[in-house]
Amino acid sequence: MAEQTTRVMQARDMQKTSIQQKIASFLGKAGIYLFLFLMAGIVLFPFYWMINSSLKSLAEYRLSPPTFWPNQVLWTNYADAFTTANLGTLFKNTMIVGIVSTLLSLVITVLSAFAFARLEFKGKELLFAALLATMMIPGELFTITNFATVTNLGWRNTYTVLIVPFLVSVFYIYLLRQNFLQIPNELYLAAKVDGTSDIKYLWKVMVPLALPTLISITILKMMGAWNSYIWPRLVANDEAHRLITNGLRNAFTDTTGDVNYPVQMAAVALVSLPLFLVFVFLRKYIMSGVSRSGIKG
Amino acid sequence: MVESKQQWKAWLYLAPAIVLLLVFTVWPIINTVVMAFMEDYSGLASIGGETSFRIGLGNFTKVAQNADFQSALRNTMLLCLITVPVSTVLALLIAVALHAIKPLQKALQTIFFLPYVTNSIAIGMVFAAMFNVIGSVGTRRPLISSYGIINDVIRFFGGNWVNWINSGSDYWANMFVLIVYIVWNALPFKILILLGGLTSINKQYYEAAKVDSTPRWRVLWRITVPLLSPMLAYVIITGFIAGFKEYTSIVGIYGESMGPVHAPHRLNTMVGLIYDSLASNNQGRASAAALILFGIILVVTLINLWVSKKRVHY
Repeated sequence: MAEQTTRVMQARDMQKTSIQQKIASFLGKAGIYLFLFLMAGIVLFPFYWMINSSLKSLAEYRLSPPTFWPNQVLWTNYADAFTTANLGTLFKNTMIVGIVSTLLSLVITVLSAFAFARLEFKGKELLFAALLATMMIPGELFTITNFATVTNLGWRNTYTVLIVPFLVSVFYIYLLRQNFLQIPNELYLAAKVDGTSDIKYLWKVMVPLALPTLISITILKMMGAWNSYIWPRLVANDEAHRLITNGLRNAFTDTTGDVNYPVQMAAVALVSLPLFLVFVFLRKYIMSGVSRSGIKG
Repeated sequence: MVESKQQWKAWLYLAPAIVLLLVFTVWPIINTVVMAFMEDYSGLASIGGETSFRIGLGNFTKVAQNADFQSALRNTMLLCLITVPVSTVLALLIAVALHAIKPLQKALQTIFFLPYVTNSIAIGMVFAAMFNVIGSVGTRRPLISSYGIINDVIRFFGGNWVNWINSGSDYWANMFVLIVYIVWNALPFKILILLGGLTSINKQYYEAAKVDSTPRWRVLWRITVPLLSPMLAYVIITGFIAGFKEYTSIVGIYGESMGPVHAPHRLNTMVGLIYDSLASNNQGRASAAALILFGIILVVTLINLWVSKKRVHY
C-alpha cells in the first residue's frame, strides 16, 4: 500500500517536472525569439529610417514627433539627389574602375596562383611565405610611399592611379592557390601527355573548376571599388575621375544642423541600392568569401 | 629539360604580380622605414633640390610628443577597447540564439548579415541623421524643430534629449554615437564566423548537458564558449586590427573635419593622423606614425595569440 502511494507520487512528480520543463523550454524559446527580433529590429532600423526619410518633404522631415511613413511620398527627392551629387558621372567612373581592375586582377591572380600551385621553381616556398608576410602590414604604411610614387609617375587624377596600385592581392592569390591545389595533379599530367598547352589547360580545366572562388573574388573586388574612399580622395579627387563614395561625401559635406536630409538620404539610398542587389542575388558567394577572409572589400 | 623549362615559365606567370608588388608593396616598406628615420625630410623640398635632413629618431619623438597624436591614440584605443568586447559578446549571444532555433533561422541570419554589404560612409550619414538635432542647439535658449529619432525615442520613455553630434556636444556623446555605429557595423562578420563555428560543434556535448539538465547560461559558459574559443580568438584579433585602423566610420558621421562643428579633429584616429601628416607633406612623420601603428597592431596581435595559446581549446 505504502509502496503504491510512493510510486503514484513519483509518477506525479515526474509529470509535474516534465510540464515544468516544457514551460521552461517554451519560455526559453520565446525569450530567444524575442531577443533575436529585437536585435534584428535594431539592425534593420537605419535602413528603414533611410528610406522613410528619403521620401519626405523637408517640412515633414523637420516635424517632431516624426512621421513613421511619409504623409506624402516624394519621389522627386531621388531625382534631386541624382543631379545634386552628380551621381551619373560617379556611377560611370566607379563602374569603369571596378570592371577594369577586376578583370586585370583576375588575370594576374589566376596566373600567379597557377604558378604557385602547379609549377616547380627555385625559391617557391620562400617567395610564397614572403608574400603572405606582407598581408600583416597595414595598408596605410604603403599609402605614404605610393602617394609619392604615383605623383612622380604623373598618374594623379587618372583612372590608372585608381586601378594599378591595387591589382595584386596576396590574399586572392592565396585563396585561389588553395583551390587549385584541390584539383588532382593527374589531370594536369594527362593534359601534358596530350600536348595541351598550359594556358589552354588553365582556361579549360582549372578556371571552370575554381569558378566559385573566382566569383567571390569578383564580387569582393567590385564592392571594394564601390566602397573605397581614402585612396581615391587622396589621388583622384577631380570632377572627372571621382568615385562614388568620395563623391557622396563631397556632395553633402554637412552632416549636422539643418541639412536637406531627405535629398541626402535619397542619395545614400541610391548608393546603397546596388550593394543590396548584389547581396540579394549573390549572398552565397559573399558569405563564403568573407568567412574565409575577414576583410571588407 | 622539363625542369628548366618550368623555371622560366613559372617566373613568366608570376611576372605581372611580382613587378606590381615590387613597386607598390616592397619598395614602400623599405622607403617608409628609411623615411621614418630621416628628420626634417619633405618630399616637396627634395624635389626642389633641397636635401637637408638628419638621421635619427626625431620623427618618432616628435610624433609621440604631438598632442594630436596623443588624442588620436587615445581615441583609437578607447574605440578598440569598448567596441571589440561589446560587439563580440553581442555577436556571440546572437549566434547562439540563431543556432538554437529552427523556423526563421535563415531569414534572421540574412538580416544580421545585411550591414556587412554597406558603404560605411553612406550608412554613417544615416546614423548622423538619426542622432542629429535640427534647431539652434548650443545657444542659451535653443529653438528646436526636431530632436532626431533617437532623442524622440528617449523622450518617449521619459528621458531628456541629448546633444549627440551637434555644435556644443559632449566628447562622450560623440564617442557613444561612434561606438553604436562601429558595433552595428562589426556584428555581421562576427556572427557569420561564430555561427559557422557553432554548427561544427559536436551535438553530444549538448545532449549530455540536457540529461544533466544544466541551466542554459552554464551550457553557454562551460561548453559553447570553450569549444568556440578558436573562432572567438579569430574574431577578437581581426576586430582589434580593424579597430586600430578605424577611420571611415568617423568620416561617415562627422565628415572630414573628424569632429563636431565646435571641436574639429577631436575624434581623429591613428589612420586619420597619418593622412593629415601626408596632406601637410610631412612624409617622415607620416612614416613614423605608420610604423608606430604597425608596431601597436603587431604587439596586440601577439598578446592575443599568446593569450589564446593558453586559453583556446583546439
